[in-house]
Amino acid sequence: MTAVLDLTTTTRTSSTLRAENLSAWFGKRKVLERCSLGMAANTVTALIGPSGCGKSTFIRMLNRMHELVPSAQMAGSVYLDDTDIYGGGLTAPEVRREIGMVFQKPNPFPSMSIRQNVLAGLALSGTRTSGHDELVERCLRGAGLWNEVKDRLNDNGAGLSGGQQQRLCIARALALKPKVLLMDEPCSALDPISTRVIEQTIAELAAEVTIVIVTHNMQQAQRVSNTCAFFLVEDYGQPGRIVEFGITTDMFGNPTDQRTADYVSGRFG
Amino acid sequence: MSSATDVSTQMNIDSGLTADDPRLDIPRNLGGSQLQNLDGLLLPIVSGIAVSLLARFVLDWDGLMSTVVVAVIAAMAFVWVGTRERSGSLVATNSVVTALVWLSGTVAIGAIVWMLVFVIEKGSKRFGLSYFTHDMAKVGPLDPGGGVLHSIVGTLEQVGIAATFSIPISVLTAVYLHEIRGRISTVVRFIVNAMTGLPSIVSGLVVYALWVSGHGYSGAAAAAALTILMIPTVTRTAEEILRTIPDHYREGALALGAQRWRVVVKVVLPAARSGLITATILGVARAIGETAPVRLTALGTQAFNGNPFKDPQSNLTTFVWDQVRSGNAVQIERAWTGAMVLVVMVLVLFTAARFVSSRGSSSKGR
Repeated sequence: MTAVLDLTTTTRTSSTLRAENLSAWFGKRKVLERCSLGMAANTVTALIGPSGCGKSTFIRMLNRMHELVPSAQMAGSVYLDDTDIYGGGLTAPEVRREIGMVFQKPNPFPSMSIRQNVLAGLALSGTRTSGHDELVERCLRGAGLWNEVKDRLNDNGAGLSGGQQQRLCIARALALKPKVLLMDEPCSALDPISTRVIEQTIAELAAEVTIVIVTHNMQQAQRVSNTCAFFLVEDYGQPGRIVEFGITTDMFGNPTDQRTADYVSGRFG
Repeated sequence: MSSATDVSTQMNIDSGLTADDPRLDIPRNLGGSQLQNLDGLLLPIVSGIAVSLLARFVLDWDGLMSTVVVAVIAAMAFVWVGTRERSGSLVATNSVVTALVWLSGTVAIGAIVWMLVFVIEKGSKRFGLSYFTHDMAKVGPLDPGGGVLHSIVGTLEQVGIAATFSIPISVLTAVYLHEIRGRISTVVRFIVNAMTGLPSIVSGLVVYALWVSGHGYSGAAAAAALTILMIPTVTRTAEEILRTIPDHYREGALALGAQRWRVVVKVVLPAARSGLITATILGVARAIGETAPVRLTALGTQAFNGNPFKDPQSNLTTFVWDQVRSGNAVQIERAWTGAMVLVVMVLVLFTAARFVSSRGSSSKGR
């Protein structure tokens, strides 16, 4: 069961991501069970649910970051348009260049300038990074950071504020022209003003890339996402499952599952 | 229970100062951290030392150590009694600990400074330009001339060759241990750790048996022995440095579709640069002061030998050893100057590396 939405009003330039029956284990412990979810092109999908319910594991399986944990295992498939990213046709680095990721903690590379950070994806795949002024500007504009840093592109990226660092990380991901951008709690370490700037950035980026965002902030999920999936561990020791998914306004306004209703209204979790 | 009006009235604070009152901008004295505050401890410490000296004089006892011990005990007792009178036993105990911490720090730094001053004082007698431009060839036992040119060149060549081999090997081993975490990394780590405790003479003996006994003494043989000694030191420190680089940098690079080796080369090693330079300095500092393995492999000579691959070669440590063992005054003075040159070389090296690594990171705005 997938939830690909028919959003006929938008022109589709990005890609659809389809997760089918994803299960995940760390060692012998099963943390996620048979999660299927369609994430339509040009939409923002929010993954919500209490801590430890497998949202981060789920999002990390979408660009093969999950397998970096030594004891991690998974089952199921993820389709980027029609290509199974676990199918053997693509290597993990190739997948990650198509499906970018922004993490909870801003992590601009400490030994690189702002400019070098934006171009880090190119440098890390062995491409020359001279020139590219236009790309740097476009990515920084895309991440809503250009005006703040255009006069100090050669300063160290670590000298920026937390919110600016996070937008630098978004610009860094955009430089590879990804089809999908995954964001794992991108605002949880930021103040409300930085959060708002990032949310505006997300809204603008949705025209170009498919966005999947994990968030613990219900208001944020309502503000930024078109569609939404609710993850939950029903009993202690059980794996996380997707309880309900759908259009965000329905999920918050008229959820079908009582547990979703309780969670989005703040009655538990 | 106060009413809401009472509470909101209490929220209004009137200090009686106007907004332009200069007193508002006077910083309060916060006293600093308690363990940094020596105020009021100096007098009791000095009294303690005075009592000890007095006792030594009056009782006519001998011995430096006992005087020092008595001085410390007396000083601490004065500190404790003096502070307890004023502020109670909790503060008194704190003061005693503060005084002990300061004393320990002073003793540690004092010992090093004293040693430096001692070496420089003894060494400066023979110090001069000719000391650096001459070797010991044709210098008779009682001649005043002669110098360390041949030994400096020997040290630079031997340690230079050893560093050329050991630093890349060590950094790559550290990368294997921490970044790649290959299958045999536990075994490798065990061996590296065991090798840090390897007595230096053993490495000298091994090189002697495998190489020198067949091909004769040479500076390169010494370099081989020093390489064996440097690898574990540098590897261990480098691995510790790599451990301090947070994983989220690696994760960020991998999420950009980077191959693992590029993550190491482009992100991890640059981030670890200043620490890795320190690691190599520690290795070089260890190698530069080794005597026994050099004696077994390069032997040492009186004459200049610029070729590290053939014939015995001198080195600053073997030079000091040879000179000091000869027993006459001129040669012992020359030994001290050799020791001074050695110490200064290590200091210059260390300072230069610190400078290079700090300048590297500050230029990027850190």
